[in-house]
Amino acid sequence: MLHYPKKTPAELDLTTCYHCGADCEKHPIVYDEKPFCCEGCQLVYDLLKESNLCTYYTLNNAPGNSFKNVKRSGKFNYLDEPVIAEKLVRFRDDKQVHITFYVPKMHCSSCIWLLENLHRLHNGIIHSSVNFLKKEVVVHYRTEGIRLSEIADLLTHVGYEPLINLGDTEQKSPAAAKKKKNYSTALKIGVAGFCFGNIMMLSFPEYFSTGNFYDQAQLKQFFGYLNLVLALPVFFYSASEFFVSAGQAIRQRFLNIDAPIALAILVTFSRSVYEIVSGTGAGYMDSMTGIVFFMLIGRYIQNRTYNSLAFERDYKSYFPVAVSVMDDAENEKSVPVSDLKKGQRIRIRNNEIIPADCVLLSSQTHVDYSFITGESAPVKKQAGDFIYAGARQADGAVDMEVSKPVSQSYLTGLWNNDQASEKEKQRNQSYVDKINKYFTIVVLVLAFGSAATWLFFDPSRSLNAFTAVLIVACPCGLLLTTTFANGNMIRILGKNKLYLKNAAVLEKLARTETVVFDKTGTITSGTQVRFSATMDFPEATVYAAALSAQSAHPLSRKIAKTFKGEKKFSVTHFEEITGQGLKGEIDGNYVILGSRYFVTGTAQTDNSRETLVFLMINGAVAGFFTFENTYRPGLQETLTDLAADYNLHLLSGDQDAEKERLQPLFGKNANLLFGQKPDDKKNYIAELQQQGHNVLMVGDGLNDAGAFMQSDTGIAISDDTNTFSPACDAILDGSSFTRIRSFLDYARAGKKVILVTFAVSLVYNITGLIFATGGTLSPVVAAVLMPLSSVTIVVSSTFFTSFVAWRRGL
Amino acid sequence: MSALFVLIGISLLVALAFLFAFLWSVRSGQYEDDYTPSVRMLFENQPNENNQQNQK
Repeated sequence: MLHYPKKTPAELDLTTCYHCGADCEKHPIVYDEKPFCCEGCQLVYDLLKESNLCTYYTLNNAPGNSFKNVKRSGKFNYLDEPVIAEKLVRFRDDKQVHITFYVPKMHCSSCIWLLENLHRLHNGIIHSSVNFLKKEVVVHYRTEGIRLSEIADLLTHVGYEPLINLGDTEQKSPAAAKKKKNYSTALKIGVAGFCFGNIMMLSFPEYFSTGNFYDQAQLKQFFGYLNLVLALPVFFYSASEFFVSAGQAIRQRFLNIDAPIALAILVTFSRSVYEIVSGTGAGYMDSMTGIVFFMLIGRYIQNRTYNSLAFERDYKSYFPVAVSVMDDAENEKSVPVSDLKKGQRIRIRNNEIIPADCVLLSSQTHVDYSFITGESAPVKKQAGDFIYAGARQADGAVDMEVSKPVSQSYLTGLWNNDQASEKEKQRNQSYVDKINKYFTIVVLVLAFGSAATWLFFDPSRSLNAFTAVLIVACPCGLLLTTTFANGNMIRILGKNKLYLKNAAVLEKLARTETVVFDKTGTITSGTQVRFSATMDFPEATVYAAALSAQSAHPLSRKIAKTFKGEKKFSVTHFEEITGQGLKGEIDGNYVILGSRYFVTGTAQTDNSRETLVFLMINGAVAGFFTFENTYRPGLQETLTDLAADYNLHLLSGDQDAEKERLQPLFGKNANLLFGQKPDDKKNYIAELQQQGHNVLMVGDGLNDAGAFMQSDTGIAISDDTNTFSPACDAILDGSSFTRIRSFLDYARAGKKVILVTFAVSLVYNITGLIFATGGTLSPVVAAVLMPLSSVTIVVSSTFFTSFVAWRRGL
Repeated sequence: MSALFVLIGISLLVALAFLFAFLWSVRSGQYEDDYTPSVRMLFENQPNENNQQNQK
């Protein structure tokens, strides 16, 4: 995961930031003989140096987090509201408080080190400890020493902004709820393993008994009852989840893989109890506990998720916990969202989510509904307009009046459409379930058949044969194969930076034959900005950069980044007209930057499909900026490779300026569509599905949320796996983009591995069945077959999935 | 032969002791984070830090 420690600070040159490792571009801030990309990074360095915390920089090169997105201070003031604080606090007494923060930005051993040394930055903090996998830090602090908001601010100052979200506050005591859930799996495995081992040992006399042993009827009974006692916790505690899951499935009139397993466990247990109590045999407690033990381990391996990549959590993290309410005297007060009342005046700042249905009080603003509809284009709103909850503020701070407060669950509901899970049930009946259906039918026929046959010849053996068939034919082989193979494949894919949400995604990937790509951010990795001068003015670009540095608009940022000059300019009379452009005065020159209409007064002509930004200096047009996408490296090869076996489609929200460049990349047969709105994308995918295609959507960001949900599999590409988009089934690190083909092939190969391994396990089942239908399944035979088949399956499914991955260079 | 009953009883008690040790370790959260401690143990102790600082 991370490499510890690389002590090579001397290798740093002056082009990468000493703190965060970002490119310092042309003009780094040099401080203390070290380069920094921005003042934020330099300030953190200064702070750490003051507190003698520079070990931070010796553990890893440039471990810090970038400060390019500076947040407004006072953001966490709401944490000082006792009502809110109480929901987050884990433990409190007179002197100290324990609180857990979720800090998604921690990524290396330096982060752990710094976060565990917070007490050296502030006296009020007693102790802090990190859970790296969960990206959590538990802080113990003195009540009179520091306020909660100060801790959050401190974390933000050193580059580790905590994410505080609804998930944390909704549960009454998150710590308690979490504990219970996490412990149970380990406990169940532990108990099952303990009982299995001891029962095995106590069964040894039975397996290898000589005549002598049977003389000791007393001893035999003693061993039997001990086995029974040891099997009880396994049956009632460890195996409970199989019964629960089977029960749920049957109630929904659906046969899942757990149903026959639960039946087999139940039959094995009942028959063993009967044999032990009646003294007619030794029972099969060893087999029963063994099966439960192996299956629980398999499940644990398969379900080991990526704690650090919260697929659901980031969804909610955008929700505001509290909102600023203004009183008549213009005083701001933080109020929990749940306490909002009608008629209150609230202040919403840039990028905040509007937590209630509101009426706009300020003169005008832009909001976007990207969270609800997926449409990210800002919508203009005027004073008096109605704005629905869930919209995101796209301009500066505005005031609104609450017209209808909404519950948090309503907000959550906007995202978590139930549609997704229902779709899954209908469309994707897993092949495991299909095999299982036939398997169960065959087993039942065999069981009843052998019981009926024995009724004719030797009725006393009939019941024996019936239960023995059910015991031996338990489809645990199938379950073990899939859980271990899937678990191993998820792990291998994770190592290659494709992170799957769960094992079901593997199967869906294997069925894919149509791949739909989004353009921006998916196949493109950045933008190149070019300036075409129409006037000889050497400082034109530098002025433009200085002006655009004042604005947070994405295009402004790109210009500022590309053309940042050595000299610092002060901009006076700065003005930003949202959606249009910027104005300001630099060194006595009047500079205007923005859309053609804003700058020159003439409307944008239709034939130019590109985005242009015009620059005017002292009343004369100095030139314009063009933005050209750069494609991901290796895009050509990746697409050509895919086009050979898959249907490719491209859905882009942009104009078709790039169509001629892209068509050869995708091949003649690919369908490239431009100017697609999020809804169009979704409908297009639905159409493909109706034609019987299994669609994989590869996209990024919120724009594609609807398309992700509609598609069979949605992969979100992210260059920073900490911030990512919702509704996808998997996250792919941008650097592994070129391997999509290998991933798809691997998923297919994995399916074959599972089928082959299952066929092998059937051999054991059939051997067992020969004994069982004959009514002569002795505990020894069962005890030998069970672990032998389980171990073969576990080893072969793990080995083959690894082998296939190795062959494919994964 | 009756010694067998006693011995088996004792062996089970010993095994149970380990089971409870395991249950305790799970409950006390030792399995919650199997990564951070491996990194934490490699950090230098506090006093050495200042020396390192000066050498740099």
